[in-house]
Order: sequence, then structure tokens, then C-alpha cells
Amino acid sequence: MPLSEKGLVISNQRVGRDLWEMEFLAPGIAAESKPGQFVHIRVGDDHDPLLRRPLSLYDIDQNLGRITLLYKIAGRGTNLLSKFNPDQLIDVMGPLGKGFNLLQGRRVILVGGGVGIAPLLFLARELQARQNEIAVFYGGSSSDEMCSPDRFVNLGVGIMTATMDGSTGFKGLVTDMMKTSIDPLSIDYFYTCGPEAMMAAVAEYAVQHDIAGEVSLEEYMACGVGACLGCARKLKVTDNAYVKICKDGPVFPMHDVELR
Amino acid sequence: MTKEVKQVLVDMSVNLGGMKMQNPIAVASGTFGYGREYQDFVDITRIGAVIVKGTTLEERYGNLAPRIYETPAGMLNAIGLENPGIDVFLNDYLPSLRQDGVTLVANIAGNTVDEYALISRKIDKHPGIAGIELNISCPNVKQGGMQFGTDPELVKQVVQAVKSETKLPVIPKLSPNVTDIVSIAKAARDGGADALSMINTLMGMAVDIERKRPVLGNIFGGLSGPAIKPVALRMIYQVYKEVDLPILGGGGIVNTRDALEFILVGASAVSIGTGNFVNPAIAEEIAQGLENYVIEQGLNGINELVGAAVL
Ligand SMILES: Cc1cc2nc3c(=O)[nH]c(=O)nc-3n(C[C@H](O)[C@H](O)[C@H](O)COP(=O)(O)OP(=O)(O)OC[C@H]3O[C@@H](n4cnc5c(N)ncnc54)[C@H](O)[C@@H]3O)c2cc1C
Ligand SMILES: Cc1cc2nc3c(=O)[nH]c(=O)nc-3n(C[C@H](O)[C@H](O)[C@H](O)COP(=O)(O)O)c2cc1C
Ligand code: FES
Repeated sequence: MPLSEKGLVISNQRVGRDLWEMEFLAPGIAAESKPGQFVHIRVGDDHDPLLRRPLSLYDIDQNLGRITLLYKIAGRGTNLLSKFNPDQLIDVMGPLGKGFNLLQGRRVILVGGGVGIAPLLFLARELQARQNEIAVFYGGSSSDEMCSPDRFVNLGVGIMTATMDGSTGFKGLVTDMMKTSIDPLSIDYFYTCGPEAMMAAVAEYAVQHDIAGEVSLEEYMACGVGACLGCARKLKVTDNAYVKICKDGPVFPMHDVELR
Repeated sequence: MTKEVKQVLVDMSVNLGGMKMQNPIAVASGTFGYGREYQDFVDITRIGAVIVKGTTLEERYGNLAPRIYETPAGMLNAIGLENPGIDVFLNDYLPSLRQDGVTLVANIAGNTVDEYALISRKIDKHPGIAGIELNISCPNVKQGGMQFGTDPELVKQVVQAVKSETKLPVIPKLSPNVTDIVSIAKAARDGGADALSMINTLMGMAVDIERKRPVLGNIFGGLSGPAIKPVALRMIYQVYKEVDLPILGGGGIVNTRDALEFILVGASAVSIGTGNFVNPAIAEEIAQGLENYVIEQGLNGINELVGAAVL
């Protein structure tokens, strides 16, 4: 069950050019959290900016009740978030939405672009615990805008990076790197989160090779709980009707989604 | 123990044109789904009335994305009345909502006067609804909606048509997108309205300078949140002075002080919309805040405050 909690900030630091990592204690939310779900955060006490900001669960330590977020400064809200100091309280709703389908004992590929890598770390942790064989492909524009792959490495999960400017790893699109690095016959499932063009390239490849998978989508959100119908999106399978990203997603079967 | 004493001392209940509410707090249509969506975050049995998402005769899919956009101390929305249609609402949603003992208010919109009447007739046959709020003010649909709310003659006709189909309290929701709110309120009264709900969102828009396009898929949207509070207060003040009907007031309420301002300019009860998105427990908190205020002021009930600031 989702809940509202005042999290206690433990740390909040810059880990890249516009990239930050925040850790806070919110044991109630942490205990309920599944990979792919998100939290809805109030970034200030007054009413401008007004709405909460949705952020993915980057990592969870259920024993400590600790939630870690990875966020990119995109505007005023995330900028205010970066001003939180240790020992401050933060108003959090969560976990919200439906997360990823957690397979058992399969061979899976995780593809993250930019800050879209965030939900894939917690996912990798849970997939690892379920005896899956995991390979992570992580793309970004430049190394200084990406988080360190260490957290994946520490899980014992293989990760390859690609940057558009070649500052680290493969130079070019992460999806191009992925295509040349994997054997589609040995893949059971894809999980992807990032820019839609990137997810579309993953989905296209998956269709070609008849592999299933899931994508995590974004849309502007107000309520985050399915009450306002603000985050609607059409799926291929639902004709004219819309689904709610916040409640029916943000994770959807890859082949149900019309990627832009 | 103290709680029991309080309940004996002050009367927070409200009679809104025949609709009984345990306290003056309603949650506004379209911001609280069908009442279930927020149940993990707020005790919905502590809310005076839950006004559910606007319902039309037929199913509506709503507008293209993006449907919402944040603005200074407010937000624009252009949902487009996405809803499953009145029959699905009454047959599939209502039975499970009723069990909570929550005061449920339907919110309806039609393309024609006859549609408003037909929807009301269907609602009247189902137990479990305490009142009907008439959305004659939705800025986000091409047909119906706001056009009904800007022409006094049409307002009167719609209210009359609905009144002839139901015994339930009928509460037209007025559009602020008019030059003379008082004439619209009078037309609603002349049509037989039991109470007035005001205000709905103010029509607005936002522009994306990178894409050189309107932000919203629907181009225009309704502005809500703290940004519209002064407009809402002014309109309620004007209507309270001229029209002798109870008012359900709202527009930008995010705390107890805001709610008190609305009551002081003439609202018998208040509705909270966008505020739910900011703080999902807000309705319960403001209900408690108002009760504390009434006690602190040494009053017998909340009704004593209604219109107290109107000169
Ligand atoms: C389910 C979900 C999970 C997300 N997870 C992460 C994450 O883990 N890390 C991360 O850095 N970002 C994540 N985002 C995006 C993040 O919510 C936005 O970047 C943030 O809300 C921007 O707020 P702002 O005030 O800083 O920027 P603004 O100035 O408000 O806007 C900057 C840009 O951010 C986008 N945006 C603004 N508000 C929203 C909103 N309410 N919902 C979606 N997009 C918005 C818009 O496209 C806008 O152009 C996620 C979004 C969703 C929907
Ligand atoms: C996302 C959203 C959806 C809404 N949908 C409806 C609706 O279906 N019917 C209606 O009468 N009003 C609708 N409204 C208007 C609200 O009920 C309320 O009148 C308005 O937002 C002003 O109050 P607020 O500032 O407290 O939000 C909607 C408002 C929002 C923000
Ligand atoms: S954000 Fe309100 S329904 Fe999804």
C-alpha cells in the first residue's frame, strides 16, 4: 500500500554535471517498494512551484528503510530538491504506480538512457536476487552527465556505457552498441527506460527478433495516483481509450506502446 | 475523549440546499477521481462530500496529451472530461463507493439540455448519490460545457430541465469566464437551483517558446490552484450579496485560512481541488482546522461565520 511519509534526508550530493543523488530514510515506503515504481515529492513548503515531482526509485535498502534517488536538474523543482540538506525532512508519497515484471532465471537486457538509468539499478538488484543473467547498457551524451557504473558493478552485474561524444565507453548510440554486443537468440527479455527515441530503437530491435520486454514512460503528472487523468497516454491495444501513466504504468509492455 | 467533548460543543455540519454534509469540506470534481484513488492517503469518511469526476451520457476519451501544465502557483488542465459514461458509473463504480457511507455528489455535463435531463433521470433512479452538481462551466470540451454556463437563458433552462427529473439537490457549477457572474447566478436560481457551486477553472493557455506552439494538446485549458483564489473570492462575494442561495465555494484553497476566507465571503461549504495534488490529506486537515478555529473563536457552529466579511 502506498503512503505519505516525511523522509529524513541523509545525503544529497552532486554526482555529475547536473546530476544529483539523494538518500533519505522512509521505512514505510521503502518496505513497499518495487523496481519501476516512483515517489511523488514536494520540493518546497510554499505553493510555487505547486505540484509534486515524480522520481523513480533508484535504489532501496529495505533493511535500513533507505531510498536513493538519482535526479537531473531539469528546472525549478529539481533545483529546489538539490537544496535539501541532511537532517531535513522531505514530504514523499509512494511507492506509486506499477513496477517492472520481475522474471526468474532468465537472460535479460537492461537499456538506460540518461537519467533513465535510475529505475534500472533497483531493478538489477531484484533481478539479480532472482537468478537472472543480466547485461546493462547505459547511454548518455557525455561522461560528466552520467552516474558512475560502480553501483551496478558492485552488484556483480555487467554494464557497458556509450556516450555520444565518446568521452567514455563506446562512441555513439547506446542502442547501436547493444545491437553489436548481444546475440538476440540468447535474450529472453528487455527492460528499458530513457528518451523515447532510444526506447523506440530497443522496441524495434525486440520486435525484429520476437523478444518481449517493458518500457517505462513519463508524462506530466499532477496527482500521481490516478485521480486527475492528467497523465493519459494511448496504448496500441486500447483503441481510443487512454491509460494513466501514474497508475496503469509507468511501466508498460514494450509492444503495447506507441513510442514518439 | 477530548474529541467527544468537541463534537458536543460545536456544530460543523452544513446543509447545502438540502444536502447534508458532516463538515463544510468537499473535494472538487475531477481532482479526486471516484473517491477511491486517494484512500490510502486520506480518510474519506472524514470528508464532508466527495464530488466525483464529471460524467457524460456516453463514454468520452478526453483530450490529447499534454493535458496538464504547471503555472505560477497554479496549473492548467485540459482533460476533456474523460469518463466511462453515466451507465458504467452508476452500475459499475457506484455500488462499491456507496459502502463507505461517504456523501457522494455526481458531477454531470451534457451536449444538450435534454442530455443533462436524461443523465439526471438515470441518477435519480440509483440510491447512493446525495446531490447533482451541474458542470455548465467546463472550458475543455468543444460541445456543451461552458457554453451553457455563459448564457443566462440556457443556464435557467438546464437547471429547470434537471430539476424536473430529480428530487436530489441540484447545484449548478458556475463558470468564472463571464462578464457578469451575478446574472448567471440569478438565472440558476430562477431555474430552481438548490445551491450554487463556484468557481470552475479560468480559461487560459501556455506557450512553448522552443517549439513555438501552445503547450497543451487542447491549446486552451482551465487554470486552477492558489493563483485563482482572489477571483473566486470576489465572485462569491458578489453572488452572496445578490442571490439568496447557499454557495459551495472553491478555487485555490490549500489551507485552513483559505477556507475561512471563502466562508467569510459567503460560502456555506468549500471545495478543494488542486490542493489535493499537493497534499492528499488536505481535506481532512482543513476540516480539523476549521473545527479548531470555531472552538477557539468560541462559536457554536461554522454557520455563524458564513458571509461575516460581506459589507
Ligand atoms: C514516473 C516518472 C519517473 C521519473 N523519474 C525520474 C528520475 O528518476 N530522475 C529524474 O531526474 N527525473 C525523473 N523524472 C522526470 C522528472 O519528474 C522531471 O524532470 C521533473 O519533474 C522536472 O521538474 P522541474 O521543476 O525541475 O522542471 P520543470 O521546469 O518543471 O520542467 C523541466 C522539464 O521536465 C519535464 N517535467 C516537468 N514536470 C514534470 C512532471 N510533473 N512529470 C514529468 N515530467 C515533467 C518537462 O518535460 C519539462 O520540460 C520522472 C518522471 C516520471 C513521470
Ligand atoms: C485536473 C482537473 C480536472 C477537473 N475536472 C473537472 C470536472 O470534470 N468537472 C468539473 O466540474 N470541474 C472539474 N475541475 C475543476 C475543479 O473541480 C475546481 O472547480 C477547480 O479546479 C477550482 O478549484 P481548485 O483551485 O481548488 O482546483 C477540474 C480541475 C482539475 C485541476
Ligand atoms: S497524474 Fe493524475 S492521473 Fe496520473
